[in-house]
Amino acid sequence: MRIYVCVKQVPDTSGKVAVNENGTLNRASMQTIINPDDMNAMEAALKIKDATGCQVTAVTMGPPPAEGMLRELIAMGADDGVLISGREFGGSDTFATSQIIAGALHHLGIGDEDVVFCGRQAIDGDTAQVGPQIAEKLEIPQVTYAGEIEKDGNVLKIKRLLEDGYMTVEVKTPCLITCVKELNEPRYMTVKGIIECYDKPITVLDYPALENEPLIDKTTIGLKGSPTNIFKSFTPPQKGSVEMIPGTSQEAADALAEKLAKKHII
Amino acid sequence: MAFISENIEEFHDIWVFCEQRDGKLQNTDFELISEGRKLADERGAKLVGLLLGSDVKGIASELGGYGADKVIVCDDPNLKVYTTDAYAKVVCDVVMDKKPEVLLIGATTIGRDLAPRCAARLHTGLTADCTHLDIDMNKYLDFLRESSTMEIDPAKFKMEDTNLKMTRPAFGGHLMATIICPRFRPCMSTVRPGVMKKADFVQAKADACEIEMYPVTLAEEDLKTKVLEVVKATRKMVDLVGADVVVAVGNGIKSDVKKGLELAEQLAEAFGGGVIGGSRVAIDEGWLSDDHQVGQTGKTVHPKIYVALGISGAIQHKAGMQDSEVIIAINNNEAAPIFEVASYGIVGNLFDVVPKLIEAMNAQKAAK
Repeated sequence: MRIYVCVKQVPDTSGKVAVNENGTLNRASMQTIINPDDMNAMEAALKIKDATGCQVTAVTMGPPPAEGMLRELIAMGADDGVLISGREFGGSDTFATSQIIAGALHHLGIGDEDVVFCGRQAIDGDTAQVGPQIAEKLEIPQVTYAGEIEKDGNVLKIKRLLEDGYMTVEVKTPCLITCVKELNEPRYMTVKGIIECYDKPITVLDYPALENEPLIDKTTIGLKGSPTNIFKSFTPPQKGSVEMIPGTSQEAADALAEKLAKKHII
Repeated sequence: MAFISENIEEFHDIWVFCEQRDGKLQNTDFELISEGRKLADERGAKLVGLLLGSDVKGIASELGGYGADKVIVCDDPNLKVYTTDAYAKVVCDVVMDKKPEVLLIGATTIGRDLAPRCAARLHTGLTADCTHLDIDMNKYLDFLRESSTMEIDPAKFKMEDTNLKMTRPAFGGHLMATIICPRFRPCMSTVRPGVMKKADFVQAKADACEIEMYPVTLAEEDLKTKVLEVVKATRKMVDLVGADVVVAVGNGIKSDVKKGLELAEQLAEAFGGGVIGGSRVAIDEGWLSDDHQVGQTGKTVHPKIYVALGISGAIQHKAGMQDSEVIIAINNNEAAPIFEVASYGIVGNLFDVVPKLIEAMNAQKAAK
């Protein structure tokens, strides 16, 4: 049994974000991190590995430096890593990306007992689309927003979190699960893991390696092939029309209440 | 005729996937139907609701009251509770048969599970969590003039363009991006709940709404996941999105959380009643449960009055509240970014200002 964990290297949007003059993100000025929800997906896989001794493979699509992230995941406990990387893949939207990742997973082989874990969504795009689209391309069932996972042989019982409660669903392997932060607390890398991670294998799958993969339609990958395109991107303007109310707290409170009454807000 | 998503001239009409839970239509449905009506008028097309469920024919016509010309109902016991497999199969079957030009789906935990599965099967693009939609280019340019700092030169845009222009926040609200899907149909989008304005319900339109029962073909082997139970949260969830008044708290109440929440409640009361919201800190620290969260990862609200108490105003938070009609910010840091979107700002200690403000508001109301 093998668990594939799909991970993404993302710019850290929690800090200051630099925007270029043309409205695109200045990625060079930003730190990259492993997408937070993907860490929960990795932890879910490692828990199953702890219990069953299965193989855990971290899979990512990205530029060559993403290999460093795969090494970190190996130091956490993954057995190996797969880096899908090629110029032809750059600029892919979610449809194109999921096609390439599904093609790579198909190329690596999805067995009857295998599971694919993904994070719920990545913090750079917030789409939550790639996971379900990979599942569709692989023709395996999906369960999204997993907040609890119990695995018994090839049956998974999953608590799927909804806005107004949850549902419990049962699904058989092979399947794809997307994980939310409530699922677990990701473990840290171990010292032993950090020492050993450079000896573990990382497979690089480039365009020639996947060119003949039947799940990949060459006309719908990359920036040009993606079904969706960015028509315009822009930064929202600052409103800047604030009326600051001066004075002591008593004066300010009185003045604001008067303004609210005059404008019939109260 | 075979379904080929590239034959874009074969696709017509604006469709909205309407979500029901426990046989009840959701607020998102009414918001999306109202928005879909606007788009259908811009395109000169019909607006069609697609409703899946078990024994749901009776609730379909209500969608007409918000603007649907027609509702296609797929009724089957296997559609009573949402499952990816059953819903994706039925939605794709109907779409492949009838070929809508646009398919809108609410960006709920159901919609965001269903939409990507369908888009991948239909071989078309999908844009997530949109907050603004346009078909008409003039209307889109008006939107850009209002919502961006760009200089707009109409000569650089094709006025006859009829692609759905789907705008959404990216990178935690730091950037807005307008996405199009020019080569494939249907053009699919999930739409953020609480953003599109619900139209007024008109009974005559509901009465005039056409209902089409569409036969469902589902076999046992189509259903690969099994729902064991559905559990509703026992705690009543707060209705942040529907509230007229939201008083939200942030890191500024840290020194006395209990008192800070009390003051927020009392201030909401002084505004005639409202609900309590929180910034990410307030939720992460456990001061409020996650259904109170306003912002990019929480809810988008546009109440009549939004009060930010001790919230610095990270861009992720502003993304969820900046369209409120009146924004009042009270913060001890005069440089807090929340003041950039506020209508009124007071620099001061909220524990000191809020009680005085409540008193002054009550005095103003008494004097009226």
